[in-house]
Amino acid sequence: MNSNHKRLSIGGRIDREQPVEFTFDGRSLIGYRGDTLASALLANGVTLVGRSFKYHRPRGIFSAGPEEPNALVTLATAGRRQPNLPATTLELEDGLVAESQNRWPSLAFDVQSINGLLAPFLSAGFYYKTFMGPTRRAWMFYEHFIRKAAGLGRAGSGHDPDRYDISHAFADVAIWGGGPAGLSAACAAATAGARVALIEQDFLLGGQLLAEQSDSAAAAWLRQAEAELESSETVTLMKRTTAFGIYDGNVIGLVEQRDPSNPQLAGEARQTFTMLRARSIVLATGAIERPMVFSNNDRPGVMLASAARSYLNRFAVLPGKKIIVATSNDGAWRAAFDLADAGAEVIVADVRAAPSTALAAEAGRLGVVVRAATRIVDLNGGHAVRRATLNGPDGQPEAACDLVCVSGGWSPTVHLTSHLGVKPQYRDDIGGFVPGAFPADRFGAGSMMGTYSTAGAIEDGHRAGIAAAWFCGKSMPVPAPSKLDLGETATALLREAPSIGRGKAFVDFQMDVTTGDIELAHREGYESVEHLKRYTTLGMGTDQGKTSNFAALASMAALRNATIPETGATTFRPPYTPVAIGALAGCAIGHHFKPIRRTPMHDWHMANGAEMIEVGLWMRPFFYRQSGRDSNEAYIAEMRSVRQAAGLMDISTLGKIDVQGPDAAIFLDRIYANGFAKLPVGRARYGVMLRDDGIVFDDGTTTRLAENRFFMTTSTAKAADVLSRLEFLLDTAWPDLRVAVTSVSDEWAAMSVAGPKSRAILSAAFPVLDVSDAAFAHMGLLESEWQGRALRILRLSYSGERAYEIYVGATAGEQLWSRLLEAGRPFDLKPYGVEALGALRVEKGHVAGPEIDGRTTLDDLGLGRMAGKRTGFVGDVLRRRPAFQAPDRQRLVGLECIEEGKRLRGGAILFLPGEKPYGHGRGRVTSVTFSPERGHYVGLALLAGDVASEGSEVVAVYPMKAETVRARIASPVFLDPQGERLHG
Amino acid sequence: MLRIECPCCGLRDHDEFRYGGDASVTRPAHDDPDPQAWYAYVYIRANPAGLHREFWQHVTGCRQWLVVERDTRNHAIASVELARKLAPRKSLARKSPA
Ligand SMILES: [Zn+2]
Repeated sequence: MNSNHKRLSIGGRIDREQPVEFTFDGRSLIGYRGDTLASALLANGVTLVGRSFKYHRPRGIFSAGPEEPNALVTLATAGRRQPNLPATTLELEDGLVAESQNRWPSLAFDVQSINGLLAPFLSAGFYYKTFMGPTRRAWMFYEHFIRKAAGLGRAGSGHDPDRYDISHAFADVAIWGGGPAGLSAACAAATAGARVALIEQDFLLGGQLLAEQSDSAAAAWLRQAEAELESSETVTLMKRTTAFGIYDGNVIGLVEQRDPSNPQLAGEARQTFTMLRARSIVLATGAIERPMVFSNNDRPGVMLASAARSYLNRFAVLPGKKIIVATSNDGAWRAAFDLADAGAEVIVADVRAAPSTALAAEAGRLGVVVRAATRIVDLNGGHAVRRATLNGPDGQPEAACDLVCVSGGWSPTVHLTSHLGVKPQYRDDIGGFVPGAFPADRFGAGSMMGTYSTAGAIEDGHRAGIAAAWFCGKSMPVPAPSKLDLGETATALLREAPSIGRGKAFVDFQMDVTTGDIELAHREGYESVEHLKRYTTLGMGTDQGKTSNFAALASMAALRNATIPETGATTFRPPYTPVAIGALAGCAIGHHFKPIRRTPMHDWHMANGAEMIEVGLWMRPFFYRQSGRDSNEAYIAEMRSVRQAAGLMDISTLGKIDVQGPDAAIFLDRIYANGFAKLPVGRARYGVMLRDDGIVFDDGTTTRLAENRFFMTTSTAKAADVLSRLEFLLDTAWPDLRVAVTSVSDEWAAMSVAGPKSRAILSAAFPVLDVSDAAFAHMGLLESEWQGRALRILRLSYSGERAYEIYVGATAGEQLWSRLLEAGRPFDLKPYGVEALGALRVEKGHVAGPEIDGRTTLDDLGLGRMAGKRTGFVGDVLRRRPAFQAPDRQRLVGLECIEEGKRLRGGAILFLPGEKPYGHGRGRVTSVTFSPERGHYVGLALLAGDVASEGSEVVAVYPMKAETVRARIASPVFLDPQGERLHG
Repeated sequence: MLRIECPCCGLRDHDEFRYGGDASVTRPAHDDPDPQAWYAYVYIRANPAGLHREFWQHVTGCRQWLVVERDTRNHAIASVELARKLAPRKSLARKSPA
């Protein structure tokens, strides 16, 4: 067959001068600029485009829009795999490579269509019954096969080569839908003076007007409206843009596709996710035509009547030569007339007894055969329809056909109005659901409100546009819209229980739900719409049942002998159409995923062999590669150097807060569990803060710089939380306290010199300072200047060794760091990383993040003495609640590994010797390190108080590595319990 | 999708704010020794479907703590005030029990 043999030589909105090459299932084909993938496939005579989800039945193109249930493809060009895209919404572009889905080994011959023979096994509730009931364990066995056999397209697992972007947009009036109602609303709102954003998912404006012939009055009206909007400076036209959800605060989620026809956009974001905030919204989302339900109504070649008309008039494709139009309403007759006019043989089978005489007359003029009170009951044909069985006054005649156009009426597109909980309401006169009451800032127009004539939609849109602009305070006069009357007749809808032949009659094409499934659900008592949905998976496909919901509802209503409103409507949730995860992520991927914080000494670390580690947002040295061959060897070497000579550590990441004011001491007394009011000027004190519920919040050191001024440090992790909490208390609870707190974290570079040689190094680095023990005692402060920058030295120890924390203006950080290393060279000063830091503090029994984990109290951590008998501080009352005093409450203990050659692991669960290692055990290991001092692994643990007697044994079980190791309970302070080394 | 009209900085996206919990509960005085009062303050919440008074801090703006009245059903914001303006003028210094 020659290419484009179904394409007409004239007409349509395609550019025959611009051929576009594309590939479908490996076949190279030609379409034209202006085609969708679906129209190009139809033009090339491709009718079989996919296999169905459950039964692997052959399927063809059913619609011409985002409601498409069947023609889902995977785009698979270099490195990309984007599955489940409706071919009906894909703008054809050069080099497009599409694959059909759900077929193996090929589309035409699918091994698994045998599933059709297993149909009873796969009926509604099969998954539910098999896997949620007592036989749930069967899932383990079946899952692999089911996952392979069922399911839609496969996503790729490689890196997504495309770029995405995120933007924010603002408008007075957002108009959702670019059909006659939306265009009219946009013109009116803009004329009234509003800033307008018009959102249209298609690459052309016009909606249903695009299905009118390109030389018609409708086309002229469209050109005029488009020109008016394009020339308006206050209108933003957002084509190729899908609104997938509406959120609180009139925020609309949009995804815009890059315009493939614009070469200047090549390499730009493939999709842009936009959050549009509007003061008012006009919904002009149109309506979706309903299928008809009869046996084998899913055969390739069955198509919505409006879609056939669209393919004919917009894309100049005549999709069939012998056509049956099966309808329950007037609208589909227009498709019949246009198709006949284009040269097809057409039979109209109208379920109504007496279609209007005007329609019959026009049919007669065009040679269209009319069969009243007639419906299709069965279709024949595997990969394409061949013959229909009709049922009417003339018995059951058969008719040959190569295309069946169906129209079961229209369903207003109310999905979006229900995103914010507005329940749709049933209107009997149009036989469909329209939106329930709108809030004051939202308006509906056109067929989504049940106004099905073009003239009415334009009127509706005009009114809604003026009202939406008025809501934003824009009320300049607006002249009446230019009229367009396409002479559609009001469409009375006949509804009756469908008569169905022997084959499967599909309600939901994408999820393969049949009328039989709905009957089964009814028999088994799943009558409510929400139950029906979950039981049969109806409406759960990527199309969210856009074409199927109403038919299912009508079937269930008939079975229950209830009205449609009694049967109910399902709730629609965002997204209206699937959204690529990449678009939601935008550019926040890879190292842009979150900000990175670097200390002032970062470049030095990078240049000097540091292996860096992420700590929250911070990058910190983990260890230095010159210290050892791997992290284990390195951190132990770094520990040794601190214990035996001296080490230098970058501690700039600590939170630093300046606390000032006449009541600063009172304030600190309230926020710390231990007292600060009596702390002398020039002295530092370790402090612990609690939360209101009595759990430990954070710890750190606070130094009194002056009578009314303190310098607080917090843990790296809690820096932001602590500051925010202090501000909270001052703003909301104690506004009478005259205190100001300010973060100075980034103002200071901070480094710690620790080890027996630290004083000598300090002395060498700062020859003018007196760092003798007499002048500078433990927990003392020394303030000075270095190279013109503020210098603040605190004599504090975390490692248990004599140590000094040195703070200097941030921009001098790297310079001072280098100076210290130089001064420390004769004393063997070595830099060390956070792994060694953590190990040193474990050896010394200091708690940190793994112990202060949001569940432990002061008493749990053995710090109860710090609060003593004090009262009046945050957390004071609730920390004393009885449950925290329970004898089996887990408390901090030390553990020593007593099995030669084995190790302790953080996270191991503790059991008593002989106990079965099941469940939560008696406690858990929180932190571990190899202790060079002890020659074996030691750790900190939280262990039930009633079994935590020093000297007895526990078993540490680590199921992740199937390890079990015996350990002895010890004091958490493994090193220098008298604290003599602080002064050594 | 909230936007909060900060009294200092104007209308800002909620990304700039940090939620700080229920503002309708009364914090006991710092030295109130009554466990029931603290229990109620820390744990008891009305959880209304409707207007809710709550704390927000403008963390990446002026850092003020605000009291925001928000409708929990649709996030509509009825009022925003500086927490300092609404806070008790004096944090009562009660004596601890003998
Ligand atoms: Zn602010």
